[in-house]
Amino acid sequence: MNGVVPDADAPLLVVEDLTKHYPVRGGVWGRTLGSVQAVAGVSFTVHKGQTLGLVGESGCGKSTLGRTLMRLEEPTSGRVSFEGRDLAHASPAELFGLRRDLQMVFQDPYSSLNPRLTAGEIVREPLLVHGMGSKAEQNERVRGLFETVGLSAEMMARYPGEFSGGQRQRIGVARALALGPKLVIADEPVSALDVSVQSQVLNLMVRLQRELGLTYIFISHDLSVVEHVSDSVAIMYLGRIVEQGPVRTIFDQPVHPYTQALIRAIPLPDPRRRRQAVPLQGETPSPMAPPPGCPFSSRCAFAIDACRQAVPPLLPVGDGTQASHRVACIRAETTAAAWAADTA
Amino acid sequence: MALLDVDNLQVGFNTEAGLVRAVDGVSFGIEPGQTLGVVGESGCGKSVTASSILRLVPSPPGVFLGGQIRFDGRDILALSRDELPSLRGREIAMVFQDPMTSLNPVFTIERQMGEVLELRFGLDRAAARERSVQMLKTVGIADADARLNAYPHELSGGMKQRVMIAMALLCEPRLLIADEPTTALDVTVQAQILHLMRELQKRTGAAVLFITHDMGVIAEMCDAVVVMYAGRVVERGPVLAIFEHSLHPYTRGLLDSIPRRGIGRGHKAELPTIEGVVPSLLNPPQGCRFADRCFQHQRLDATCKRRCREVDPALLAHGASAVACHFPLDGSTQ
Repeated sequence: MNGVVPDADAPLLVVEDLTKHYPVRGGVWGRTLGSVQAVAGVSFTVHKGQTLGLVGESGCGKSTLGRTLMRLEEPTSGRVSFEGRDLAHASPAELFGLRRDLQMVFQDPYSSLNPRLTAGEIVREPLLVHGMGSKAEQNERVRGLFETVGLSAEMMARYPGEFSGGQRQRIGVARALALGPKLVIADEPVSALDVSVQSQVLNLMVRLQRELGLTYIFISHDLSVVEHVSDSVAIMYLGRIVEQGPVRTIFDQPVHPYTQALIRAIPLPDPRRRRQAVPLQGETPSPMAPPPGCPFSSRCAFAIDACRQAVPPLLPVGDGTQASHRVACIRAETTAAAWAADTA
Repeated sequence: MALLDVDNLQVGFNTEAGLVRAVDGVSFGIEPGQTLGVVGESGCGKSVTASSILRLVPSPPGVFLGGQIRFDGRDILALSRDELPSLRGREIAMVFQDPMTSLNPVFTIERQMGEVLELRFGLDRAAARERSVQMLKTVGIADADARLNAYPHELSGGMKQRVMIAMALLCEPRLLIADEPTTALDVTVQAQILHLMRELQKRTGAAVLFITHDMGVIAEMCDAVVVMYAGRVVERGPVLAIFEHSLHPYTRGLLDSIPRRGIGRGHKAELPTIEGVVPSLLNPPQGCRFADRCFQHQRLDATCKRRCREVDPALLAHGASAVACHFPLDGSTQ
């Protein structure tokens, strides 16, 4: 145990104003020409046993955010507190200990597993690194983990190349669970899988959360998947969270014009509900040259001059009675009314 | 008469382990102006089927094993190499998932579009440029005049996909084959490209063969659907029938496993799955290839089960649809 028993309502993870810049080098001498704000002042909270869905399109910074939380990337500034421990400034030794509580599942089950190790060795590796248990105990633990993720114990002796994509992702999940983590950051864990296999892995993750009390940060571009697994959702655009809130609120009453556009853009598997509306125009601007003011203003049908003056803060929606629903849009009243009128 | 008629197409690949029958008796037709979706998971043979129509399957290792593809009455597989260029691009155009499959990285967009126009329509450079600008505007590229001087790598993914669609449409093809054209794109850009394809089809009346793994895209775009599994067509029919009265357990399973709202499933509820994995096409099982994974099969008695295991189900007409299943989901037997 960690000495302090966290009370049930205390958040497991608190992220405050987290920023990650990358220098942009160029020219003959590789001088630093400027910087890209991959993550620009992101704040959120995740409670124990819950899933935060992190949504956005390519280049929005969602994967960088996940890697920065894991300290696979060094944050430029900001605070990350995990059960009250400071993650953003933890020393390598402290980080080593924290790794037991924080694990990651990656998108590509084809490149994230060492092809020269057997499936059993891959899952055992974290136990070896952290020196947990005797060889016999480790064997027993690996066997149990295989069972937990729905793989047979005979498969421990096989190499990754002998497994299907879905089975490899199960191995990735088993490895992440080996040290008994509290928080698992899953970056597009089902994006590379066929739909019939995707549902198997989603079911597995939901079941493990229930049985082990896991907390997830689920990073995905697929809104239908995020809606299915998440308790709360944060929508990212050009390095910033533009809207966050409980999953039902986000999907039923989205306020930010970008959230609304994303939800409208999902092709529904129902031929009777084809979209007629003209979709959101344009593409995400380069993170190297974000538009002035609101990052979405260059594509937004609601944008006015004031939107291009300053980055809008993330504020509670409406009268603030539902403080957990926040949006970064100065035209929130108008956009909320437009959505309500459109879906009435 | 159908514009395109694929009849019992069989295509294999020679591998070290033996012959893989990637497409094993596929049949369907497309009417002029129709959008036909071909849906299935990785390795089901949908892309090989599409490439065969333009004779783009590399040989070796590809081997044509039998069947016919008729386009407007002509037997495509019997055309000589000299006759192929008049078909490709001119009458049938193709858009791929990866735009770099068809864009040449060392030439500007103008040169690539111009080449097509000069060869096909004998336009001079100025006329070709004008026509190219017009087409880029049609596919929603702002600043089209300047973009013509760009090289492919200077464009974003969505922009490259638009250029590819513009090039495919330059020759006013009668059939457009789109192989996962939006799979690599962001969802808002996908929505733009799908919208564009629908608008263009309305205007030109071209038939479209739309290959995808995404049931949402199928529902959005297609008039009729072909569902493929392990190199075979397991079901085909009008889009509404496929979604609302699926006959094949695989079609039903695919639709049910998609997480989606508004169908009475709770948040974080268990999703229906299709257990097991696709069989190897090196040595496909006897009888129905889906039997191992089929929920319908589990419920049958021993005699019926044996029938699934031993007799290969033929694709038989069933109302407006056709299904390859001994025990379709409407309760009939065939």
